[in-house]
Amino acid sequence: MTDITKDAMMPPRSFLSQDAIQVFYRLLAALLICAVLAVLSDSFLSLGNILNVLRQASLTFFIASGLTLVVLTAGLDLSVGANVALSACIAGTVIHKTGSPALGILTGLACGGLVGLLNGIMVTALRIPSFIATYGMLWVLNGLTYWYMAGETLHGFPAGFRQIGSGYLFGLPIPVYLLLVFLGIGTFFAQRTVWGQEIYAIGANPIAARLSGIPVARRLLLVYAVSGTMAGLASIIFLSRLNSAEADIGESLTLPAIAAVLIGGTSLFGGVGTVFGTFIGALILTLVLNGMNLLSVSANWQPLVTGIIVILAVWLDMKTRRRAQ
Amino acid sequence: MSDALPVEVTTPTPLLELRGISKEFPGVKALDDVSFAVYPGEVHMLLGENGAGKSSLMKVLCGAYRADAGEFYYKGDKVAISSTADAQKLGIAVIFQEFSLVPHLDIAQNIFLGREPGGRIPGTIDRRKILTDAKRVLDAIGFDIDPSTTVDKLGVAQQQMVEIAKAISQNARILVMDEPTAALSDRETELLFALIARLKADGVSIVYISHRMAEVFALGDRITVLRDGRRIDGVKPADVTPDQLVRMMVGRNVDMTYPRSFADKPGELLLEVKGLSAATGISDINIEVRRGEIVGLCGLVGSGRSEVARAIFGADPVTSGEIIFDGKAISGEPDLAARRGIALIPESRKSEGLALLRSVSDNLVVSALRKLFPSGLFDSRSAQRTSDALIRQLRIATPSARQTVGLLSGGNQQKVVIGKWLAAGSKLFIFDEPTRGIDIGAKSEIFALIDRLVAEGAAALMISSEQIEICHVCDRAYVMREGRIAGHLARNELTEENIVRLGIHHA
Repeated sequence: MTDITKDAMMPPRSFLSQDAIQVFYRLLAALLICAVLAVLSDSFLSLGNILNVLRQASLTFFIASGLTLVVLTAGLDLSVGANVALSACIAGTVIHKTGSPALGILTGLACGGLVGLLNGIMVTALRIPSFIATYGMLWVLNGLTYWYMAGETLHGFPAGFRQIGSGYLFGLPIPVYLLLVFLGIGTFFAQRTVWGQEIYAIGANPIAARLSGIPVARRLLLVYAVSGTMAGLASIIFLSRLNSAEADIGESLTLPAIAAVLIGGTSLFGGVGTVFGTFIGALILTLVLNGMNLLSVSANWQPLVTGIIVILAVWLDMKTRRRAQ
Repeated sequence: MSDALPVEVTTPTPLLELRGISKEFPGVKALDDVSFAVYPGEVHMLLGENGAGKSSLMKVLCGAYRADAGEFYYKGDKVAISSTADAQKLGIAVIFQEFSLVPHLDIAQNIFLGREPGGRIPGTIDRRKILTDAKRVLDAIGFDIDPSTTVDKLGVAQQQMVEIAKAISQNARILVMDEPTAALSDRETELLFALIARLKADGVSIVYISHRMAEVFALGDRITVLRDGRRIDGVKPADVTPDQLVRMMVGRNVDMTYPRSFADKPGELLLEVKGLSAATGISDINIEVRRGEIVGLCGLVGSGRSEVARAIFGADPVTSGEIIFDGKAISGEPDLAARRGIALIPESRKSEGLALLRSVSDNLVVSALRKLFPSGLFDSRSAQRTSDALIRQLRIATPSARQTVGLLSGGNQQKVVIGKWLAAGSKLFIFDEPTRGIDIGAKSEIFALIDRLVAEGAAALMISSEQIEICHVCDRAYVMREGRIAGHLARNELTEENIVRLGIHHA
């Protein structure tokens, strides 16, 4: 028996795709958390609370979904939070100056996308590791935003614009609709388009991807631009929900978004993960924080719990995911 | 239980003897009741196809794996090898194919890594003593080099010498070498053989793993053949022919002459390289490849063969010259070359050819995504169908298209790399060492495949260090030396001797 025939006799190891299995585990975990919270707290299962959880999860998800694509290529975008802040402040100014929410929304998305594109150029043309390029960008954006706002707060936007973040349609918050739409688009893009497949291939082995004829640099540009644009979208939701913008609103956004991506099962080494997983990651993160609020646990414990969940999730991933040599 | 000793019973006590060694992994019996003896001062060749158990046996020998069953005897006394420390104490050292040297440290530091002689002040290292000791060891193996040279400045052959020096400095009595000549030039191979003779004379025993028949007969005092984890036979080189050995390894008759149906006359010009130079060290390369041809690209390792392949494919930037493919000039990134119909099957399959963690199907369609799905919408079922067809066509042995490609054997992985370019409909296939690390059975399958490709109107440019393969398979060949084309050999001039003559610099 040669090793050629031996391979054929090996048991098939993946009838279900590994991604599907990982997502399934996560759904179970989310349901388990829900069950525990439903038992421990009377108010958890109230409609108002559930909608609240979904709305909060949607904010994290918008940022994290674009970030997921970056992480799938084995990159990282640390500038998303700072990008949200700058985009929100610029979009807010445009709305104030022109009175046109539509123009403001476009400016916010364009600003986010442009920042993402610059990240992409640093990573591809200048070959700066994404971790460092976007970390530098974080500081640059913070600097710009603080200079631009000069300590001011933008406040008070048209009622129609505020509907985006705080309005309801058929009893559901509008951000939840947006969440479903972008979950659908993100999943479709990653799983059902050639570009999505190429992004997975790049993350799995960038050298092999290039030598297989994938235009790696162009795809990376796209991915960082998408991540930036999603930050721009998040900035609009933020602006509309808070009805105000300050220079420091982005500072608490980046790390939770990364947490959602990791809890969602996307590997920092690239090539493995799903947008749907990131949605569940954002959901788990929000559920836990929501549960702690309902159970009157001090908010001071939240970072610690988040950290433990991230470590647990990644550790379980590594245990369940077989590694081919 | 098998107490049966290997062939000889009249010879003196073996230096090291393994009896009835078994090692099982989930689903695979890697070693099954293997007995094996090494006598002082002999070169013991270990033969077998990939997956036959050579690596496992080697790892048991050096204590990296613990045998599930079996006994070890050192000079007749029963011993235990259950850790690498045990093996080191018995004087067993392994020179792996992938060296374990630290590139930024110098030769002396590498030789004494972890055993540095202390200086006068505790915690410091006696630098002078390290250098003199290293020099002594290097002299002992006849390697004339300054021990303060950093390792990353050394070539493969020199790094190998450092590994050997390191082993000798640890009083190794049994040296296990895993395909030591795989990355060496002929000249370097000669030096290595001379060193082996010297070590033998000093009473060092060598366990030598090789795929190359010529070496087996040139060096071996004794041959052990493994197949499917079992010891098939132990023989002396004088008592067997190469064909007999191959039969033992494969367990069936294998045609060692590769199949090739040479075309009567070559087709139209497909690739024309004119005066190509690149910063990677190649200059003024002129190459022509016609449809229906397999053109060899030979020369020593490091002569620039892979660099030519990469430059044609757009993987390295070109500084001057022209590449004309299918009548049109081409310059740019690999994605352009791939779209125009050029395929590169790179030398290191695992790091450059495949996404090991992804499925066979993912890897098979990756280069054909835009051809299969011109709308940009990916359909996994359609990808699966394409993959299934390729798996059947190439006879890729895998339980399903969803299997992780990293779990396949080298031969099947190589078929996947070729398959992705078949899916893409490539016209020119550039093979860089297509048969490296592939067993004999898979080799002839790969050559049959290449033959079929060119018979159907494609063309191939093939880099190989196995001159015999070039001679058997190619219509003609270019020979490279120091980054330039040193000469061209037509079919009737294509002999190993001519390749070597052109490839070696005559000062």
